Amino acid sequence: MIVKDAVCPFCGCLCDDIEVEVEDDRVVAVANACELGMTKFMGERRMKNPILRDGDRWKDITYDEAIRYAADALLSAERPLLYGWSGTHGEAQCVGVHMAELIHGVIDNTSSVCHGPSILAIQEVGHPGCTLGVVKNRADLVIYWGSNPIDAHPRHLSRYTRYAEGFFLENAFRDRKVIVVDIRKTETANIADEFVQIKPGGDYAVLSALRAIVQGKTDTIPRTVAGVTREQLIRVANLCKAAKFGAVYFGLGLTMTQGKYKNIRNAIELVSELSRHTKFTISAMRGHYNVYGSNEVNTWMTGYPFGIDYSRGIAFYNPGETTAVDILARKACDAALVVGSDPAAHFPRKCLEHLADIPVVQLDPYPNATTAFCNVQIPVAVTGVDAEGTAYRMDGVPIRTRKVLSTDYPSDREVLARMYALMQEALER
Amino acid sequence: MTELLVKNACVIDPLRGINAEMMDIAIRDGKIVEEVSDAAEVIDARGMLTMPGGVDSHTHICGTKVNFGRYMSPEDMRAGRTPRRGPLHATSGYSVPTTYGNSYRYSVMGYTTLLEGAMAPLEARHTHEEFIYTPLQDTMANTLFDGNWAIMEAIRDGDIKRVAAIIAWTLRAVKGFAVKLTNPGGTEAWQWGKNVSCIRDPVPYFEVTPAEIIRSIVEANELLGLPHSVHLHANNLGTPGNYTCTLGSLGLIPDLNEKRQTLYATHVQFHAYGGSGWKDFCSKSEPIARFVSMRPQIVMDMGQVMFGRTTTMTADGPMEFNLYRLHHEKWSNHDVELETGSGIIPVIYRRKNLVNSIMWAIGLELALLTKSPWQCLLTTDNPNGAPFVKYPEIVALLMSKKYRDAEFATIHPDTEARVPLPAIEREMDWYEIAVMTRAGQAKALGLQDLGKGHLAPGADADVAIYPLHIDEVDPSAEYQKVIDAFSRTEYTIKRGRVVARRGECLVDGSNATFWVRPKVSENYDMGKDPDFIEKFDRYYTVRMRNYPVQEEYLNRNRCIETEARI
Repeated sequence: MIVKDAVCPFCGCLCDDIEVEVEDDRVVAVANACELGMTKFMGERRMKNPILRDGDRWKDITYDEAIRYAADALLSAERPLLYGWSGTHGEAQCVGVHMAELIHGVIDNTSSVCHGPSILAIQEVGHPGCTLGVVKNRADLVIYWGSNPIDAHPRHLSRYTRYAEGFFLENAFRDRKVIVVDIRKTETANIADEFVQIKPGGDYAVLSALRAIVQGKTDTIPRTVAGVTREQLIRVANLCKAAKFGAVYFGLGLTMTQGKYKNIRNAIELVSELSRHTKFTISAMRGHYNVYGSNEVNTWMTGYPFGIDYSRGIAFYNPGETTAVDILARKACDAALVVGSDPAAHFPRKCLEHLADIPVVQLDPYPNATTAFCNVQIPVAVTGVDAEGTAYRMDGVPIRTRKVLSTDYPSDREVLARMYALMQEALER
Repeated sequence: MTELLVKNACVIDPLRGINAEMMDIAIRDGKIVEEVSDAAEVIDARGMLTMPGGVDSHTHICGTKVNFGRYMSPEDMRAGRTPRRGPLHATSGYSVPTTYGNSYRYSVMGYTTLLEGAMAPLEARHTHEEFIYTPLQDTMANTLFDGNWAIMEAIRDGDIKRVAAIIAWTLRAVKGFAVKLTNPGGTEAWQWGKNVSCIRDPVPYFEVTPAEIIRSIVEANELLGLPHSVHLHANNLGTPGNYTCTLGSLGLIPDLNEKRQTLYATHVQFHAYGGSGWKDFCSKSEPIARFVSMRPQIVMDMGQVMFGRTTTMTADGPMEFNLYRLHHEKWSNHDVELETGSGIIPVIYRRKNLVNSIMWAIGLELALLTKSPWQCLLTTDNPNGAPFVKYPEIVALLMSKKYRDAEFATIHPDTEARVPLPAIEREMDWYEIAVMTRAGQAKALGLQDLGKGHLAPGADADVAIYPLHIDEVDPSAEYQKVIDAFSRTEYTIKRGRVVARRGECLVDGSNATFWVRPKVSENYDMGKDPDFIEKFDRYYTVRMRNYPVQEEYLNRNRCIETEARI
């Protein structure tokens, strides 16, 4: 059987044109996906059943036992942390929010360690953006800043920019210019029309210089700015102003370097400035396929995109205080539920030391780095493979992922809903 | 079977012509019935003012841009928050509350049905997801067609039936309720950073004018037999002198429907401006109200501005950019491929600002100068003119000249020379308020036959009981009592269940989503049209099979089938 128009649950591109060939409830071939997506669809060696840490060994337990364990651990915690959420569907995220609210926990998603700074900048100056199809059909200038789509979002170039067909472009490949701004010559830089190499930490200065040039203050620009020549800066600014439609896509190379959210703010203000001359948009290259969905769900349910603390009943948001890394580093939480992410692979050592000290339950189909810190791991169906549900693409377009095969694994939503029901029951007693 | 009897209610039910009659209301299994058994639970309304549940025919509560308004505004979220309590979830937000915040606050005010004013088809799934978390009101969505490529091409080719067919396919796919045009043509031009100045400017590349878009889509809407008319946010919103453009747009509309208007013009306050610039900015409510009063084919809503902080959000991207250049606050914009766009900025309307003071007056004037309350409905274009929690104050302003004068004394002193408001003596009565807040809204939306906006047997048992005896209160003088009563029902009954009492919501609920499915002939099924499919595949970034909103996103599915004439 071939499932057409399947939705790839890997990166924020959320490609929905995948063809998956299934035989005997196994994925045997995948067409149209990039290598990352293909690996995700073909994924093997899933955990068979829930496991419980028993001294230095693992013991197999049932779903009922695992869910009960999780509910008890979170209920008896004073300050539980519910973290992750970017690798699961929206319906599960909704249960997560209700759960955090019920048990007065903290709910945070992976944005706090990726595009959190972008969100902080947006909260200061807003966000002039658009859907990916607007760029595909119109943009004659695309700038990748601190992002390397060939490695991280492999089909971004072919579906939406460099190699994409565009309604208003006669010969899209020829008529569309691509500029890459980075501290090193990436794979993506090799296919760019213009490569701007910035000295590490120099993004803010370069953005400021471009803003000054766009405002007509070219004479204030020194000979070089963070390693970029004045001539090149002027050339880039002129390319921007001459474009009919320009689009900036930025990645962690801008959010997680020196300057952090101030970089993003500066980039957004550059785009607002350019909007007075021509059409310009800016968007974040979101990583996980549904990290944007976790921001959306959290926002309509709590008012905030990430880092929400319910310890006082109300939704309280203070990134740097109510975000997972900070809470773990301060040893402020006393139990953790991890869903759809792998904090042990990304968090600082200090955080992991605390994670090792508290009860941790993880929902994940596969053993991962966080498994080593878990007391219980519950294998779940993979959204987009054997579970369906809503995901939000990096540009905010929601797509319902398809189920391409049937397994006995419960979905994240099902497991969480059962946990939530147990908690409600316990609290009503 | 559950039964409820509301006894001794002082009922105003304009769709049935009932004006302050003492009666009992019998309810069985969520519907109004002739009578109930002795076993029914009884609520004694003790002569309190009782009306059908409130209907908001234009509000922004759910979807991509609303949520972005929250996302970018933690300061607004902090400005209104409540903890989880009993069956109720925590809420945040003042001008753009969370979905639960919207739902609870509307419910406390007696509102049971809400129309989301603008849904981009590509992002419809998002709106429906938020509807699910708006538990205490039935919901429906205006669907945006202002910059739809396939439709503009069909208009260029003069093929109205194809326009209708594309609308039919899209509404069915995205589970939309009605056709919305926001700055028609302007949202497409904005994807090049341009705009259209009024209805005669051609849209770049597509070479159709807003006038042609409005006229063709109005015609197509009637071919489809949709419950609601076209819902228009006219071109040129918010600019001095725009009233001529508004009159031009309204003048395009023939009278095509016996049961309801042919055009719903929304937030007309923002489109009733005179002057050649901000310096001589003034009210042009009089020509607009006069024009509408003479044309039964048009219904409008006020789009009242109230003073204070709020967030503006609209599909009208270019307008928001202009506003941003005035206010220099944060600005968000979100263009949607092949369809439409949106923009958001926070604003503060100040009494001490002349332009804001004039805007405040214009909304009230429109309501007071339009003869029939059925033709000018009470809205703030929530949250654009003000958050909906200001509705009770607007009701009181419409009912009391004294209150208007007291407020007028606090606004910019030059306002008097620019607006007719101080000379208007009219004070609206309870019946007129009932029309403007439920009956007229239900009729305009085409919901009366679907059991909304009235209390006839068979109707949905959505009832609002306000703690007020209309024979004991003089609204003209005691306007604070009016504000208090409309801010907090004694009981709000939704689908036969008491959902709010004296300012507290009591239960978690589940809403129904209303959407339309026009039945078209095989030849006009766009799902089988090769040209439509080919362009969809080439230019959208979502596959056609993944575009339709699945039924999983509808809590209680109220599909309205219509017989299309194509």
